[in-house]
Amino acid sequence: MPVHDQGYQRYSGHRLGPGRAWQVITRTGVQSLVARRAFLGLLLLSWTPFLAGTVQVYLSSSFEQAAFLSPNNQTYWDFLERQGSFAFLITVWVGAGLIADDRRANALALYLSKPLTVTEYIVGKLAILLLLLGAVIWAPAMALLLVQSAFAGSLEFIRTHASLVPAITLYSLVAMALSSLTMLALSSLSSSSRFVGIMYAGVIFFTQAVTRVLASATGLPIWNHLSPIGALDRVGQTIFGLDGAGQPGLLPALAVVLGLTLASVAILRWRVRGIEVVA
Amino acid sequence: MSLPAPAPPPATALPPGASPVVACDGLTVRYGSHLALSDVSVAFPPGAIGLLGPNGAGKSTLIKAVLGLVRPDAGRVSVLGLDVAGDPLGVRARIGYMPEHDAHIPGMTAVSFVAYCGELAGLPGASAMQRAHEVLFYVGLGEARYRTVDTYSTGMKQRIKLAQALVHDPDLLLLDEPTNGLDPRGRDDMLRLIADLAQRKGINLVLSSHLLPDVETTCQHVVVMHQGAVAAAGPIADLLGQRGRLYEIRVKGDTARFAMALRAEGVECHDTDEATWRVVVPLAADAPAAHDAGVPWLCAIAAREGVQVRHVRASMHSLEDVFARVVGGER
Repeated sequence: MPVHDQGYQRYSGHRLGPGRAWQVITRTGVQSLVARRAFLGLLLLSWTPFLAGTVQVYLSSSFEQAAFLSPNNQTYWDFLERQGSFAFLITVWVGAGLIADDRRANALALYLSKPLTVTEYIVGKLAILLLLLGAVIWAPAMALLLVQSAFAGSLEFIRTHASLVPAITLYSLVAMALSSLTMLALSSLSSSSRFVGIMYAGVIFFTQAVTRVLASATGLPIWNHLSPIGALDRVGQTIFGLDGAGQPGLLPALAVVLGLTLASVAILRWRVRGIEVVA
Repeated sequence: MSLPAPAPPPATALPPGASPVVACDGLTVRYGSHLALSDVSVAFPPGAIGLLGPNGAGKSTLIKAVLGLVRPDAGRVSVLGLDVAGDPLGVRARIGYMPEHDAHIPGMTAVSFVAYCGELAGLPGASAMQRAHEVLFYVGLGEARYRTVDTYSTGMKQRIKLAQALVHDPDLLLLDEPTNGLDPRGRDDMLRLIADLAQRKGINLVLSSHLLPDVETTCQHVVVMHQGAVAAAGPIADLLGQRGRLYEIRVKGDTARFAMALRAEGVECHDTDEATWRVVVPLAADAPAAHDAGVPWLCAIAAREGVQVRHVRASMHSLEDVFARVVGGER
């Protein structure tokens, strides 16, 4: 009999109940991405507009001659629009392989043989993208707001622009959810992350180009709001109170956002299964 | 050429008094118009059970039903006393599944991958990592545990699939073709691991395989599926025994006529890939007395039918014979 059996040992320790697996998926996914220097570099790069905004806030709060630089709702809306480019890059980098790579490596069979549901798997993957997009869209905008208050030495600006915090949060949530769900749905349709990235870029840019052409050809600006980016811009302008009274296009834009969200959820439910069915 | 399948025996592999590890009761699963499982009622006893059947027999669907990944159209499945439909997550927490095809999480090292699977199965992070190291050493990947799984050979990928199925210490292992793609040495090593788990570590396992010798060397019981139903079930020893004397015979001439003559005498016979017939001469009390004569009796029939006997010898019953008897020539 061996002094110490190095063979298989039974486990008698603590086990966690079901319902936590999505957190494991999210934590591991985020950790593996942040561990890559190139990705960390992109994350840091996405905060350069924040640095520029900080300089603007500093100048406007420190020098009367620069008072024209004082931030308002429009400033924050412009800031969030600029972050859109970084959000696009992060979405493609992170999201393209989230499910596609699992499909390529048959990992779905492993995931769904564990005590987790399809919904937990999707939520876990979705949360990876939401967290990282939050770090690119919501976090720098909120940080800029805090920096402004710090330079001003009071919360006066936040009090006078009471709608700004909920507006930044709401728009960020809509933008993050739309990008994440659309990308995740596309990722579930293929086993090639490269192809998924190209598909996503195609959906974003092609629809925008087509709707712009249609808007100029028909003379109906409503077409501009029927692409994902156009719809998101239109919804964002309303959230920030920048659309003016009676400007058309909100309902179609909302319909595009809602339709895309529901379609993405339906695709995910259809495509994410435990083991391929062989008849 | 082969005999038509006889009437199926009672679909149970359960010895008297034993609690089943897996119990199916009237299980029916359809994919659209295709009937994948038809009123399957079978009980898997504790220990190592072989799940056999040709392609499309319903083995994979049965595994999916046990994992709670398909919704039965009728009937129920219970695993270790838990109803799969009522508590699928509870059932999966006690099952380790090793899929047939290559499966891993891309970009992860082996130890991270196995620990990740442990955490997904409900182990706390530190315990999952400790178990990951232990099971990787157990399956023979201890020295390669910091390599990314993508760089592993086929044999190593088979081992790591076993490791991820074991990391949370399941009470039931579902192994789908675990020796696929392995060289003879790798296959022997994998079978040794499987036998050790079943015989020394007390883990129940279901081994789905089309390699009958693998099942014969590691399992005590088998369930043979055919066309969505259980064609045979029980201890291997029972299925192999009491079938009569087995002979291998190769003849030249009108083999079809010879086979008909044998069947007319009440002898089971089926051909093999090597143009050799395996014939089972029954030992039943009501069998003709001449059957006891064995080889001379077979030679006499051959002479009567005008065929030359080129080779004849007594043989041992194997699962191949059971398989051929219950599912015919399909694989």
